[in-house]
This record gives sequence, structure tokens and C-alpha cells, in this order.
Amino acid sequence: MSKAYIRKNFHEARWDEPMIYELSTRKTRGILVPEVEDEIIAEVGDVASYLPENVKRKTPLLLPEVDQKHVLAHYIHLTQETMGANVSNDLSEGTCTMKYNPRLNEALSLNNNFAELHPSQDIETVQGILEIFYKFEDIMKEISGMDKFSFQPGGGNQAVYCAASVMRAYHESRNDTKRDTIITTIFSHPCDAAAPATAGYKVITLYPDEKGVPDYEALKVAVENIGDHLAGIFMTNPEDIGIYNSNVDRFSELVHSVGGLCYYDQANANAFLGVVRAREAGFDMCHFNVHKTFGTPHGGEGPACGAFGCREFLNKFLPKPTVEFDGKKYYLDFDRPESIGKVRAYFGSSGVILRAYSWTMMHGAEGLKEVAAVSVINNNYLEKLLLSIKGCGEAYLGNGITRQEQCRYSWEELFQDTGVGTDDINKRINDYGIPWYWASHHPWVIPQPMTLEPCETYSKCDLEEYFETLKIVAEEAYTNPEIVLSAPHRSASHDIANPEDLNDPAKWALTWRAFLKKHGDQYVKVK
Amino acid sequence: MVKKIGIIVNPVAGMGGRVGLKGSDGEDILEKAIQLGAIPECPNKAVVGLCQIKEYKGEILEIYTYPNEMGEDEVRAAGLNPIVIGKIESGNTKSADTTKAANDMYDIGVDLILFAGGDGTARNILDVVGEKIPVLGIPGGCKIHSAVYAINPKSAGKVVVKYLEGKVKNLKESEVMDIDEDAFRDGILKARLYGYMKVPNENKLVQNMKSGSAPGEDAALDFVSRYIAFSLEKDVLYIMGSGSTVRGVMDKLGIKNTLLGVDLIYNNQLIANDVNEYTILTYLGKYNKAKIIITVIGGQGYLFGRGNQQLSPKVIRKVGIENIIIISTKNKMNSLFGKPLLVDTGDEELNDELNGYAEVIVGFGESVMFKVVS
Repeated sequence: MSKAYIRKNFHEARWDEPMIYELSTRKTRGILVPEVEDEIIAEVGDVASYLPENVKRKTPLLLPEVDQKHVLAHYIHLTQETMGANVSNDLSEGTCTMKYNPRLNEALSLNNNFAELHPSQDIETVQGILEIFYKFEDIMKEISGMDKFSFQPGGGNQAVYCAASVMRAYHESRNDTKRDTIITTIFSHPCDAAAPATAGYKVITLYPDEKGVPDYEALKVAVENIGDHLAGIFMTNPEDIGIYNSNVDRFSELVHSVGGLCYYDQANANAFLGVVRAREAGFDMCHFNVHKTFGTPHGGEGPACGAFGCREFLNKFLPKPTVEFDGKKYYLDFDRPESIGKVRAYFGSSGVILRAYSWTMMHGAEGLKEVAAVSVINNNYLEKLLLSIKGCGEAYLGNGITRQEQCRYSWEELFQDTGVGTDDINKRINDYGIPWYWASHHPWVIPQPMTLEPCETYSKCDLEEYFETLKIVAEEAYTNPEIVLSAPHRSASHDIANPEDLNDPAKWALTWRAFLKKHGDQYVKVK
Repeated sequence: MVKKIGIIVNPVAGMGGRVGLKGSDGEDILEKAIQLGAIPECPNKAVVGLCQIKEYKGEILEIYTYPNEMGEDEVRAAGLNPIVIGKIESGNTKSADTTKAANDMYDIGVDLILFAGGDGTARNILDVVGEKIPVLGIPGGCKIHSAVYAINPKSAGKVVVKYLEGKVKNLKESEVMDIDEDAFRDGILKARLYGYMKVPNENKLVQNMKSGSAPGEDAALDFVSRYIAFSLEKDVLYIMGSGSTVRGVMDKLGIKNTLLGVDLIYNNQLIANDVNEYTILTYLGKYNKAKIIITVIGGQGYLFGRGNQQLSPKVIRKVGIENIIIISTKNKMNSLFGKPLLVDTGDEELNDELNGYAEVIVGFGESVMFKVVS
């Protein structure tokens, strides 16, 4: 008997909160800074005169002017209007590895001994955090089989960009400058195409075979067509639809045979921690999304880190500085003449590394393996439940391949039957206290997609709550589709009025100033 | 401002499907369908779509339609009041009635024609309105290959309401396919690009668009056509195939294009418009190097043999398989998902050589590998 609790009477806070700029009243202040005392003025003169003319603003800074009470209320209201991580059943976010972030690690990162450090400090005074960087690098090396890591990239995409840069530096170091094309697969994370494209590479994407596995025959033709223009391959495995490519070593072998390099995007590493390694699969480089897989807060809740690793022959190209140990003390090595340079300031997001080091040490080697095993079991249990719902299918249903840590489902049948699609279901589950789920990267390849990733920290009850809620919503689609189509009814904000406007750059406004510029004439001031 | 909509129902569309006749084009087939016990399904589907129009909340809406089973009955069944125009011989409607209805509605100046039918109905309407006014189809035929239809009857009604209320503003060119139903009944699918009509661009509810809110098709087409226009080689004769994707490249080059035909260009200059096989072969004799640029036709996935028969086996061999450049958009390729690209050059040996995998350029420096079969 399931103990799953369905939140049928859920209601999210709705504050109808104005923008902070709309709360602004001229000359209101949150803190009154004391005037500079006369003695100080007499001693130092006009402080602003120390600044060069070209860095001084000509016009005052346009900041909202709001008192403390209303600033506090405003942001608390906004937090109440979200269904944040750790407080809701957020297995919704497939491909994002949303897992519980232990409070102990949060406490560590708030500890003054750590929180007050600055990356510009003399290294003699930061030996502790450098030691943690160094030891965490050892752990990364062991898990992946790579020989050297950099924690400088500020996320997965940046790690992939870093890899594209290292790939080019390697080929150029051999005077092999015509390699201008990379290969990726359609269900790899889209950054495996986008980041190399940003770095200037042409991209060829492989579609899967009839079972949903990257098509080896297509790779053979692509490799032959590209010939000595092939710089390398960038791929995720398991891919974002949760299917593991067990031919992966043949892929790397083929790419190597024509002089290309192989990059393993390990964004989905929760499926194989302690089970398989990039090195044994034949890869030259890889990255981990430390902020996902290693238990640190993710996305809007915290900074990220794309730990980038490579084999020894690529070590010299890594971003600088690297963290080293001379047997007595830890230091930063800037003396790396063939380095691709910096991809970000300093040497990595230390808050992420600290938490991830603690998380990994709590689990130990066997614990990491268990993380992978439980993730896969959770996913397969949820898959069996969800596929029993009328109208719910999945990508490559019935292909005989066991799914790994996530699944890409499809509501196509439900959509054809009822006109209720995945976007509608996604809004309706909010009415039951479940956060918005990840449909798919764009463009959608699988029709009406839904991607769920129930990591190891979700209980059986969490999985069953999720299943029961989706089942209720799917039944509503058949019996009362209007209630789903007009959802959400109980969440903080209603639907987007004109979703197609999202395709129109003329209407986007990412700042208040841009908003006034583009929509100022239609905007009715609150005050 | 008064909004005007035209409704045309092809009462016999789709009748062949249930009785296994694959289509109802041709009067003898229709008779056969009726003998086999076929009942009209298109009218019911039309009613389902039209019911959605009751949800319209905009300004005054005038609904123009043709008498009895060609729209009047369905509009009334949906609880709406039509303005009935034209004359028909009830129980014996023909394709000419569809054409006439479209013509009358065009003259009245309707904002959009909503029609229920199949590929044949779409062709009849295209003959009259072309791309001059927007249309949308309620899928009523038994096997629809054109892309001017909503994904189901209900969605058709919804899209029209959104369009009339001004919530969907953009229009997109969509393919109307010409299916040889005689051949189709014998198990051979012969589809050819017949032309384009403009339909409301509502990604989720209109056919052949499985993608969500990704960048629009216009932007995608812009990337591909810029890339191709940018990377054309000097001193190469380019044989430009039919379809709107290839036209995008020609637009970038500022060269006049034949949408449903083949054009020749050389060093960014037009050599000839709308050429036949003979002309292409003549020019191939004059130039040392040539390449063919073609696109993937609609939701079919055809590369050769549908609407570009000028690119004959002789032409393809002369140019060389390695000199075929295929261009498309990501959305178009994804709408084929699970289906391969198809070739039907009429030459089995050449078909075999084209089989395997082809690279399709889908963006600026971006391409995909796709399976090709014949």
C-alpha cells in the first residue's frame, strides 16, 4: 500500500508582486550612510578624484529606491512564489540531476573560515581550500580515469567550450590546422553542438538507429565524409533520453583512427558513478557537472562548476592556473605556456568544490556506486508506473533496452486522444504542488515530451506521489480537458498570454530599461 | 471591424479510407466506395472543428459557406449561423464546386478559408487562392500528405479562433502535395509538390511541426540559406531544385527563383529559370563542374522523384552523387523522425547508389546525417 500523499488542496502563494522598480520612490533609502567626517575630508580630499575620468559615470545609476522593509518583503514574496529545490518533489527536472543537498554542506560553506576567503589572497593563507581542490581533483581523476582536471569552467557548457578550445590547441600544436568539423549526436546535450559551434567548428549531428541508440553506421559515413577535417566527437552517454550507448568504445576507436579526439559529456554521470569510466570507454577528455552529480545546489540556487578532465597528453593545454602540490605546500601554477588561457576568473567555484568534496567523502567509493544503482532503480520503478497511465508513452518504447537514470516520456497518445499536450499537463501538475517538469531540449524530436530524473534521494513515496498526480491529470484530460487546458489554477502566476511572443526578439526585455524602451507606451505605472 | 471566414466542406473526402480504397478522387472510385458501404466522415470531422468557433470572443464574425452538405449543414450542426452563398447540386457535388466556392469567398474578401477535406480539396483551393489569403484544413481525407492541415479537427477550429482574435499573427508557407491516388491504391506512393498556401503559424496545432517554442521556421530558414549563399564556390554551375528552402538561398543571392521548378546559376548570376532535363544536360556540357542543391519535400522525406523529375538519372550521374547538396531546416528533419529520406529516380541502380546515409545541411555550419532508402 502506497503512502504517497497527493496534495489535492494545494495552493501556492500569489502576491501579485510588482517589479522592484515599480516599488521605487525617489530619495527613499534603505540605509543612510553617515556623511564623511571633516577630518577625513581634510586628510584625503575628494575620494572621487582618485578615479580616472574615463571610469566615472556621467549620469546617476538607475537603481530602485526602496526602504529595507519593502525590500525584504518583496524578495520574501518572490521566494514564496517558487517551488524551489529541496522543498518540493522536484524529480521533474530531467537532465538536471536535482537531488537533495545535505544541510551539513551548506553549513560548511557558510562557515566564516571558508566564507571570508578571497581568491586574490596570498596562497600561504589559503592552503586549506587549495588542499581541498587538490584532493577533490584526485577523486575526479579516480572516478573518470583522466590524468588531470581543471575546475575553472563555471558550468557544463563552459567545460564543453573549454574542450573545444583544447581540441583546437592540440591539433594546431601538431600543425594540423584543417580540422574544422566535429560530430555529435541528437540526444546528447545540445551544448555538445552549441559550444564547439561557438568555438568556430562546423557540427554534424547523428540521428539514432531504430532502437534509439546513436547510429554507428551513420558515424562511419560521417567520419569517411569529413576525413582529415574531423577534429573530434562530443557526446553524452547515457543520452538525455536515458538510453546507454553500449557501442561507445567503438565510436571512440573509429574517431581516433582518423586522428580525431573524443570528448565525453558526463552530465548524466549519476547513472554510472563507480560503474564505468571515460578512460576505459576510450575518451581523451570529459567533464562532470559537479553542481548536479555531486550533491551541491543547482541552477538558480547556487553557482555551478564543470570539472574538466583530460589525459596526460592534453594536460599542457588546460586553462591556467592549475592547483599543484610540491610535497610541502599547495600552489597555483601559472607557468603553462601552451595553456588555452583562462575561461573564467581565478581557479574555480570554491563553494561548489567544498560542498562536493564533503558530499563525496560522506559517500565513499562504495557509496558512489550505490548512488548510481539507486538512481537507476528509482527511474525504472517510476517508468513502470508511468507507462501504466493511459496516454503516456516513452521514446523508443519497447526497444528492449533498460533505461538508465532518466526517461524521456511522450504524451503524444494523450494529445491525439484529447488535445491535451505536455505543456498543458506541465501547468496542471503545479496545481498539485509539483514543480514544472523538463519537457525536452529544443527542437523537440520526441513528440509531446516529458523528461523525468528521479535521483537517489527520492523515496518510494515521492515516486508514487509523482505517478499518482500525473495519473489524475491524465484522467482529467480524458474526462474534463478544459481544467487541464486552462491550468494552472492554484499557482503563483497564470499562463503566458501570448507564448508565440517568446519567438519575437522585438518583444523580449531582459532588463527594466529594455522593458520601458520596448513596451513603455503600453505600460501603466502602478504608482 | 467585421471578421469574415469562409467554410468549405468536401462532403465526400475520406470516403475511400475506411473501405480500403485509399482516397476518393475520381467519380467511379467514389461510386465504388459508396457501394462498399462507405459513409461520409468528413462532415462529422468538420462539425467537430467548427464547434470550436463558438469560442471566438473577438469582434463580429461573419461566416460564409456553400449550401447544404458543402458547409451549411455542418455550420448549423455546430450551432453557428452561416451566410449561405452559391448553388450546388446536392448529393452530387464535384471538385468544381470547391473551386467555385473558394472563388466566391475570395471575391467576398474573407480573412481566412477553413476547409474540410483531403489533399484533392487543398489542391482545388490552391488553384484559386494560391498564397493570396490564408487557409487552414480540417483533416477529413483518409491519408493526408499536405501540410496545410491542423493536427486534428478540434485543433483546426482552435487555430482559426486564435488567428481571428489576433493571437496568432504569423503565417507560414506550407506544402500542398499532389498524390496520384490511382498509384496509391496499388500500393505506390507517388507524391509531388503541387504548391504552397499560407496557414496560421501555430507550431503546436498545425501539421508537420512537432517542435515546441524553438526559434521560428523563418529564422531557421534564414540560417541555412545564408550559409549556403555564403559558401557557394566560384566557377561551379549550381542546379537549384524546387521548394521554398532552395528559394531562400536564391533570395539571399537576389536571384529570381522558380518555386516549383529548377533554375541554373553560375558565379551568383542566373543562367536560366525553370529548366527541363534537356536544358540542364546542355548546360552540363558547357561547364566543367556542377552541383545540385535540393531540399527535402514536406513531411514525405523525398529527395528525388517528386516534383523535380527534371533532375533525371542522367543529370544526377553527370553531376555526380558526391556533388549533391541537401538543405533543410531542423524542424523539417525532426518532423520526419523515425522515417528515412526517400529517393525514386526511376533508375534502380542509381537509387541503390543513393541509398545509405546523406548529410543534410540544417543551419549555419550545421548538418545532420540521415538514412536514405528507395
